[in-house]
Amino acid sequence: MDINIKPENKPEGLEGAGYFATSLDRVVGLARANSLWPLPFATSCCGIEFMATMASHYDLARFGSERLSFSPRQADLLMVMGTISKKMGPILRQVYEQMAEPKWVLSMGACASSGGIFDTYSVLQGIDRIIPVDVYIPGCPPRPEQVLDGILKIQELAKSESIRRRDTPEYKVKLAQYGIE
Amino acid sequence: MIDLLNQIAEKLKTKFNDGLLSAELHYDFPVFIVEKKIIVDVLTFLKDDTDTGFNFLTTLCGIHMPENKGAELGLMYQLQNMEKNQRIRIKIFMPDGETKTPSITSLWPTANWMERQEYDFFGFEFTGHPDLRRILNMDEMNYFPMRKEYPLEDSSRDDKNDKMFGR
Repeated sequence: MDINIKPENKPEGLEGAGYFATSLDRVVGLARANSLWPLPFATSCCGIEFMATMASHYDLARFGSERLSFSPRQADLLMVMGTISKKMGPILRQVYEQMAEPKWVLSMGACASSGGIFDTYSVLQGIDRIIPVDVYIPGCPPRPEQVLDGILKIQELAKSESIRRRDTPEYKVKLAQYGIE
Repeated sequence: MIDLLNQIAEKLKTKFNDGLLSAELHYDFPVFIVEKKIIVDVLTFLKDDTDTGFNFLTTLCGIHMPENKGAELGLMYQLQNMEKNQRIRIKIFMPDGETKTPSITSLWPTANWMERQEYDFFGFEFTGHPDLRRILNMDEMNYFPMRKEYPLEDSSRDDKNDKMFGR
């Protein structure tokens, strides 16, 4: 049987007969990127689209994210999908703070990214007002292909970032902007 | 419906004299406007009187019509008679700044959350309410968003260029 499986590209390194040497950062990055555990914070229709992304047709599991984590303490990736009201804001922030490093945030759809059509007194005008966001997915709602693309972008980040991202000065500055320790 | 309107209007007139300000049919809905100070008595009467028997409070909602000088704010109580399947509305009006209204939580416990909502959105102060605080909006909100002097749009946005919005 001919099965078409594309192996993961090797990171840069030294190769010779019987050995392969590369930096620890790259190996850990590779492992992290291909085993992200997303926490779905789904509040509305984008969440429905995410269900399609997880189901057999689009199958997010192909990219190593088949295990959704419903506890923030075990999640690597916070996926915010849907309208976040101002009253919900502190709860979202608490969920983000409970996640262990390394953590990434993906904002799916117009509402999570900017408030969307809900330019009104009760709706938070973008989650980046309360937590830092790594990748934004536009659309109302975005198609599952776009969600997959967003996850792949997060994977690129996970691969290329330093093993202890939280120690980098840029990251510290970013978190300080949001008043998060 | 006109029979129901006349029957209830007759009863309210006998009981409260001038307290009944108007009785009209809006589409097929009997609507009664009464004096604010007798609202609890009116609702108690409609609930307990065996002839009327409006034993269920369907909903309660606030009204803000700034163009009605002296009666800008109002409250609408919708009652239902479960046995006879009859529905009526009772309205009261009050000037802006006189938002103290008697609570009807002693009549219907369900009015608790309804009154909290009307406080949240319009700022009605229900006297006698056991726990009058915001219910839907965040606690830090410092205005009553359904009042018409406040814009619907979010005030914290600073990326809105009027040119882009054709204004």
